[in-house]
Amino acid sequence: MDGTSPPDADASANKAGHVAVEDAVSTKVQKAAAPLYVSRIKVHPKDVKGLYRRIKWAVLALCLAVYYLAPFLRWDRGPTAPDQAILIDLPGRKAYFFMIEIWPQEVYFLTGLLILAAITLFLVTSLFGRLWCGYACPQTVWTDLFMWVERKIEGDRNARIKLDAAPYTAEKIVKRTLKHAAWIGIALATGGAWILYFDDAPTVVRDVFTGNATLTQYFFIGMFTATTYTLAGWAREQVCTYMCPWPRFQGAMLDDQSYVVTYEDWRGEKRGKLAKAAPGVDPWAGRGDCVDCNSCVAVCPTGIDIRDGQQLECIGCGLCIDACDAVMDKVGRPRGLIRFDTLANQACRAKGEPATHKFVRPRTLIYAGVLAFVGAVMLVALLSRATVELNVLRDRAPLFVTLSDGNIRNAYTIHVLNKTHAPRDFTLAVSGLQGAVLGVAGSDVAAAPVVTLAAKPDSVATYRVFVTVPSQSVRGKASSPVRFDLKPREGRGHADYDSVFLAPGR
Amino acid sequence: MPTKIEKDEITGTETTGHEWDGIKELNTPLPKWWLWTFYATIIWSIGYFIVYPAWPTLSGNTKGMLGWTQRIEIAQRLEEAKTARAPFVGRIEKASLDQIRSSPDLLNFAMAGGRSVFAENCVPCHGAGGSGAKGYPNLADDSWVWGGALDDIHTTIAYGIRNANTQSRVSQMPRFGADGVLNAKQIDDVAEYVLSLSKRSTNADAVKRGETVFSENCVACHQEGGVGSTDLGAPNLAANIWIYGGDKATIVESVRNSRAGSMPAWTGRLDDATIKMLAVYVHALGGGK
Repeated sequence: MDGTSPPDADASANKAGHVAVEDAVSTKVQKAAAPLYVSRIKVHPKDVKGLYRRIKWAVLALCLAVYYLAPFLRWDRGPTAPDQAILIDLPGRKAYFFMIEIWPQEVYFLTGLLILAAITLFLVTSLFGRLWCGYACPQTVWTDLFMWVERKIEGDRNARIKLDAAPYTAEKIVKRTLKHAAWIGIALATGGAWILYFDDAPTVVRDVFTGNATLTQYFFIGMFTATTYTLAGWAREQVCTYMCPWPRFQGAMLDDQSYVVTYEDWRGEKRGKLAKAAPGVDPWAGRGDCVDCNSCVAVCPTGIDIRDGQQLECIGCGLCIDACDAVMDKVGRPRGLIRFDTLANQACRAKGEPATHKFVRPRTLIYAGVLAFVGAVMLVALLSRATVELNVLRDRAPLFVTLSDGNIRNAYTIHVLNKTHAPRDFTLAVSGLQGAVLGVAGSDVAAAPVVTLAAKPDSVATYRVFVTVPSQSVRGKASSPVRFDLKPREGRGHADYDSVFLAPGR
Repeated sequence: MPTKIEKDEITGTETTGHEWDGIKELNTPLPKWWLWTFYATIIWSIGYFIVYPAWPTLSGNTKGMLGWTQRIEIAQRLEEAKTARAPFVGRIEKASLDQIRSSPDLLNFAMAGGRSVFAENCVPCHGAGGSGAKGYPNLADDSWVWGGALDDIHTTIAYGIRNANTQSRVSQMPRFGADGVLNAKQIDDVAEYVLSLSKRSTNADAVKRGETVFSENCVACHQEGGVGSTDLGAPNLAANIWIYGGDKATIVESVRNSRAGSMPAWTGRLDDATIKMLAVYVHALGGGK
């Protein structure tokens, strides 16, 4: 009973069930009494030092270095192809990733890559929790960078809270201007680096600074500058809690054997300020290790209290662990009141039993198995990737032509895809039709059973090819199957294409 | 309009006053940023009305401040396209047909240009891809009434066939039946002979009689054995390709009333470069010699 019920109701409701129902109803009302929509409470994360913070800096530096420097890596592909290691060549309709080269019709490699990334995320999350969210996610990395800038210019948590509340004085205006200028500077670099992946990087850098870049390039720099500035500078943890889908289903990959950031409530509770005890009396008697200093809340980039347990907003970065360990050191209690641990371990620890963590579980086995399978399929597909491809389009007007000697001729548009960096000659032949001869439109070479088609490096050669067949070969058949066979003159490879040959049918 | 103003007990917010199956809705106004965006679009639209042609009036429409219209824009675009094509068009004008065919970039340009001009001007009669129709020759086969070499095709396109142009190709087949040159029996016999040229006759006696009629009346143009003459525009009757149809009734009809298909001259309608491109394109359809 919460005391709001009149005493006589208490007396009449002597049945336990009735009391329980009343209780439940009153809690419900209390919960609902909180406003449906709360304006954002601005988070001012405090600076913290420690192991996890150091790891986070290291990952941040690595991610940014890869992002900014990768476009400048070179990879020699010969004179006919670009030498940028990672390049998405939109006008040329090719994507390059070191030794891998992808044509538009092979975009399934990209799908495969995304599937691989997703399964890796599942596996890592089920083993070690939300490492992606806490360390490697671009939102986390750039937000962290922006916070660092903010801290350098406006000071740490308390200074920032004070500055926020202060009226606009010259000092505040200067600090704010500086901060936003620095943010926009970083955002510009971010947007600028993005377009380096779509064109030759050194040329783009020169063009951008000399004003010779295309409008499209400036537009995308602007767009990514704006999104970086907005998301990392202003939206921050709101991206994680409201916009991002990952936290919703990353939670589904966790179980009680996954490593997560946990609070040992069995050890920390009952929490409270550390009071001065009389000499000879243990100040820790009858209470938990948590001194309720709120450090873990103050450093949290998403502004939550880890002592409330697992929650959606927790990105698993572990900064609260660093903060708490420092406090535990100061008050002379063992570290690890907030720690990286599994929920199962925590349960064991609470009961004083040895930890029971299981690394290999059905979930991790399935993820690892699927990962290995998809990886193997991708590898096989990549290694057996054909360097020649053939596409055949039958001309529809006219469907067929009767020649003066009674022979029947069909025309086909042939696309020869030469995926090597060298010019190649191919031989084209047809099978399935008795006495068929091939001729190439625009060529003066006489029709023959086999014709030679040349293709430039890294390109699609288009030919119109006539297939002429003696009328007796197709007599009575309106449609006959025909197969085109394409082979390079030298080297390996082979491509074929099944089409049909149409005839009058009489 | 709210039917009655009441406050929601829990949140202290006014409700809309409506009730649907016991559910009431809080009267929460739109966010300010949303409203301001909406107002901004209204202001934007006013500016738009002033700058661009927008309001219809009784005698036309407002012109806007920039004097911009889609017509002017498309005229500019066409002009730009023409400028971009100019160097190629200039080269095509100077080059001979064989030079166009042997230069890859000119050929590429001519094929693309020829294709689009063909689609606009020739397809109604000759069909997509030059497939032809009754009375209109198939341009993709290897049989040509007036010749299938590049120059022949060019001349045919430029001056046409049996039209008012002084250089147009002309030849006339007599109306053997209608003008009483041959009687019905002779016409039937000669038709049987013509069928025999493509090995389809079933009446050897008629063929024999028809051969005499043919040698007396038809050989001058259609040549010995009916192989035709491209100089005279006399179709090959021995091949299995027929412009009007190769069955006996059609052949009889052709002999009786003659055939005189006509094609307009394209000089004057299309410029020289375009006609050259068309000739190269038609030549490449598959029948070019």
